[in-house]
Amino acid sequence: MAEEWLGVEAAASGGESEEEEGQEDGERRHRQLLEAVSSLSGRRRQKLAERTEASVQVSEFNVSCEGAGEKLVLSELLQPIRPKSALSSVKKELTRVKQKKAVELPLSKEEAKRVVREAAYVRTSKDVGKWQQVVLQNRRAEQLVFPLKQEIATVVPLEQVASGWKQARTPLEQEIFGLLYKTQKPITDPLLTPEETASLQAMSLEEARRRRAELQKARAMQSYYEAKARREKKIKSKKYHRVLKKSKRRKALKEFELLHKSDPEAALAKLEELEQLRMQERMSLKHQNKGKWARSRAIMAKYDLEARKAMQEQLAKNKELMQKVRVELPKEEPGDVPEEDLASVTVPTLPAGASETNPWMLGKPSSPAEEPEVQEGLGDVAVPGAAECKEEMEKEEEEMSEEEALLQDFAQKRHARQQRAGSPEGQGADETEAVPELPGDGPIQPVCAEEQASTGIEQPSQAQEEILLSEQLGRVRTMEDVEALASGEPVEEQEKPAAARAEKQVQQQQEESRASGGRRARKPPAKKKIISLQAMLSGKTQEVQFSSLPVVVEEEDGGIDQRGVITEAFAGDDVVADFRREKRKAEQAAKPQPVNLVLPGWGEWAGTGLKPSAKKIKRFLLKPPPAPPRKDQHLPHVILSERRNIHAAAHQVSELPFPFERHQQFEQSIRTPVGATWNTQRAFQKLTAPRVVTRAGHIIQPISAEDVPDMGTAAGSGAKPALEIAPQRQEQPFRRPRKRAR
Amino acid sequence: VPRNYDPALHPFEVPREYTRALNATKLERVFAKPFLSSLDGHRDGVNCMAKHPKSLSTVLSGACDGEVKIWNLTKRQCIRTIQAHEGFVRGMCARFCGTSFFTVGDDKTVKQWKMESPEYGEEEEPIHTILGKTVYTGIDHHWKEAVFATCGHQVDIWDEQRTSPMCSLTWGFDSISSVKFNPIETYLLGSCASDRNIVLYDMRKSTPLKKVILNMRTNTLCWNPMEAFIFTAANEDYNLYTFDMRFLESPVMVHMDHVSAVLDVDYSPTGKEFVSASFDKSVRIFPVDKGHSREVYHTKRMQHVITVKWTSDNKYILCGSDEMNIRLWKANASEKLGVLAPREKAAMNYNQKLKEKFQYHPKIRRIAQHRHLPKSIYCQIKEQRIMREARRRKELNRRKHSKPGSMPLVSERKKHIVAVVK
Repeated sequence: MAEEWLGVEAAASGGESEEEEGQEDGERRHRQLLEAVSSLSGRRRQKLAERTEASVQVSEFNVSCEGAGEKLVLSELLQPIRPKSALSSVKKELTRVKQKKAVELPLSKEEAKRVVREAAYVRTSKDVGKWQQVVLQNRRAEQLVFPLKQEIATVVPLEQVASGWKQARTPLEQEIFGLLYKTQKPITDPLLTPEETASLQAMSLEEARRRRAELQKARAMQSYYEAKARREKKIKSKKYHRVLKKSKRRKALKEFELLHKSDPEAALAKLEELEQLRMQERMSLKHQNKGKWARSRAIMAKYDLEARKAMQEQLAKNKELMQKVRVELPKEEPGDVPEEDLASVTVPTLPAGASETNPWMLGKPSSPAEEPEVQEGLGDVAVPGAAECKEEMEKEEEEMSEEEALLQDFAQKRHARQQRAGSPEGQGADETEAVPELPGDGPIQPVCAEEQASTGIEQPSQAQEEILLSEQLGRVRTMEDVEALASGEPVEEQEKPAAARAEKQVQQQQEESRASGGRRARKPPAKKKIISLQAMLSGKTQEVQFSSLPVVVEEEDGGIDQRGVITEAFAGDDVVADFRREKRKAEQAAKPQPVNLVLPGWGEWAGTGLKPSAKKIKRFLLKPPPAPPRKDQHLPHVILSERRNIHAAAHQVSELPFPFERHQQFEQSIRTPVGATWNTQRAFQKLTAPRVVTRAGHIIQPISAEDVPDMGTAAGSGAKPALEIAPQRQEQPFRRPRKRAR
Repeated sequence: VPRNYDPALHPFEVPREYTRALNATKLERVFAKPFLSSLDGHRDGVNCMAKHPKSLSTVLSGACDGEVKIWNLTKRQCIRTIQAHEGFVRGMCARFCGTSFFTVGDDKTVKQWKMESPEYGEEEEPIHTILGKTVYTGIDHHWKEAVFATCGHQVDIWDEQRTSPMCSLTWGFDSISSVKFNPIETYLLGSCASDRNIVLYDMRKSTPLKKVILNMRTNTLCWNPMEAFIFTAANEDYNLYTFDMRFLESPVMVHMDHVSAVLDVDYSPTGKEFVSASFDKSVRIFPVDKGHSREVYHTKRMQHVITVKWTSDNKYILCGSDEMNIRLWKANASEKLGVLAPREKAAMNYNQKLKEKFQYHPKIRRIAQHRHLPKSIYCQIKEQRIMREARRRKELNRRKHSKPGSMPLVSERKKHIVAVVK
């Protein structure tokens, strides 16, 4: 473009000079031209030579060739006589001049400015346009992290910094240097102080390793132990502690045994100690029921289970302490071991009825140590120890050894046998015999003694206990069974011999009550035998007994009647049939109904009792096309309703939102869950990544060419100094460019 | 924790997520408490503000009585006060390095001040003072070089070292209300004059580039800090126009929601949103690509908001208003400030995603879009809706009853552009 400009200018200037010369000394020039022209063509030379004077017609603007009567053509003028290289440049010039048009007038100032503006605008928008890609990318980006320049704070190690210093200049540097040299901290790479290196050399590697391993192990052990102790300390379970205590006791015993074997003197000393303890106890009578606390407990025991228990414990303790320690160490607890042995021996000989009648023998043979207390409780407080008994049993169960389990088995088998045989006679006698047979047992003998000695108040309760226990054996708990019991004598008969003595007393009581003329006298006697007595005499006992009973009974008949009970309870409602009915109804409702357009009249008579003709009905009853098959057709236990639910519709999107083009797209976007419930952790993080991430407290600078990697090269060249000196081109004369850019 | 992702074990994913989204939306509204504090201390309306380019906690403000105050945002107190000018402080800007700042005032002076407060016993005096012939109405500093631009009767570009402008750019004869450097292509300038036009300049050529004339006057404009060719103009006709400087024939987006003249606009540093201050006593936040605002801030005591700034960490918004206060808002109304635990962050992201996912559901949208407005704005919105509807109806009727094709449909974007002058 610039060249063009220059060319045009040159051409213009050339043309101008030609004109001027023509005006100034036309004549001379004219002559010269004529001569030149004439010299050009030899043919016409003669003719021109003949002419003597210059004519007006002959001018540079109107060259005529008179002789030929033709107009002179410039190209002809240019044709040399013989080709001459000197003229070729002139010729070229001439052709160029001929091509150029006349120069237009310069633009007005306003227009000129506008042109500049436009050119500048085009250029600037092109410059700015190179950001297009970046902008689009950023707009589309899934995630943008600001600030764009992520400066990584690198911590330069002190050593590097310090080694960089030639010498300490500032006080701070000096201080640091001083510190470094004082501790002989090495500045450069093997970062070990002299001491460290020395110690490294002093100890061989293997030794160091071994030692380290040892230390490690010790540390680990310590930590394990600590953890264990802490854990154990935290345990709240009473049972655990009980077991723990017991095991400790056992262990102590064992140790004592060992001690006895190995070092009898030490063992003796220990025994002495025990003896001392016992003596002290005997002296102090601390654990008898004479103290203030014990007495208060005794009063409370009537109402409070805890108190009762505490009292019993105290008594047990007393007994234990009062026991004289024998010298034979293995049989330290003489009551226990022989007792068990004896029991195991005697049990088979025991008649079946014994266990039946004796509640304590029912489940298992019990240790004799407990029973006296129970009996004492009975005696003292006049409360039958059913509840206590249960507890005691539970306690026993825990402590039960294998032998005991065996024993129990035997006992149960005996029960079964006895039931089958149903031998009623002679057992009561057997029992009474059997009881004294048991040697060395304090517990049972007092029972009998007390039983016989106790007044009428105790006896009925005892009798009742026995009756109920027998019920238990017969596995009766449901109402029907009770009914059966009431009517059926055989069951009663079975128990009769066992409770013969008690029953007599019951009879007596009944007669007394009959004499008083109570309502219960009218009731059938069989039932009365079971219920009325204790109901009359002591409500309390009854209560206690019932509380104890269900535990045993439910276990037994729960499994059998469960289903029956449920069917009975829900006898009225058949859910399945109801559902089926409901579904049928829904199906009916969903069927398209025929539209009735029949109008009576119109071509026939109408009125009460007259029906439109069949033809008409056939014609005007519009049957809709059958509905598409239901979706729940093959799902018998489902009703799929396809009706629009207005309550749900309020929550639904009614129009397709803007960026989506099809409803499938939108549905897809909704259907894909983003939560961690349905996605793996990584997918969840990816799905929920925020669009824009900013860092707190960081200034976000505007984007620059350095932030964009692919812009770097392009913008590096494009990023010019903002204050560029305006190029010369701007000062050029104004001219309308041929092709205007927007 | 090992989990079983079998979809059969986790049924009803859409309803469950919908419920979660609903809850998240409700919680967002519950926790939307954007107003943080008010910086009071000016004795006249706040006319202009400037951000510190290097410190997030520093902000500068100039008032209508010629007072300039520098604030510490963390302490929320004024740390320095300068009586800079007589009459208004018309404009102020900080130097890109943050060592000094410039103010222009009604007293026809441009003053450069140190950012640090003077030593004990030192006078509070400007580093440089330039006396001009005419009133300057605005100032902006170049983003990378020691060059600043002022506007008044013409746009002057100054070298900091000289007392006369390097070049003056004029196009037309009306007073120019604001001039802004492009933060990316730093040689570009935009200005808006009171003869309703927006003019772009190129500093390299010292020539204006193009002029676009709108229906009404543009008060300010602001360049997008992430997109070099995008700028937004705050107009007197209650709207904001986002332009692409390469295609000025029609704006890229018309942002309407204000009910009075928009006085100031500032982009968020992420370039995704901008905030606008209006004469209708409210501040609104618009997404760049949306025609309507996503948030409106107002308080009972806030009067006409004259100036607004979005802080450089994209967290807060500052607005200065007529009644002498500068208010600090959260940019995201329900955002929890302070350090977040990773789980909190994950939950926040998840909730955000859910809100996005279910944003088109009517119940959720209703909750998310609900804003309380003061009665004046509410009524004006209603009124303007009626007016717009009436205008639309009238045009429709006219079109119906005139020769087909004689009344062409003009898009909303084109409607507000009067002409583009080359």
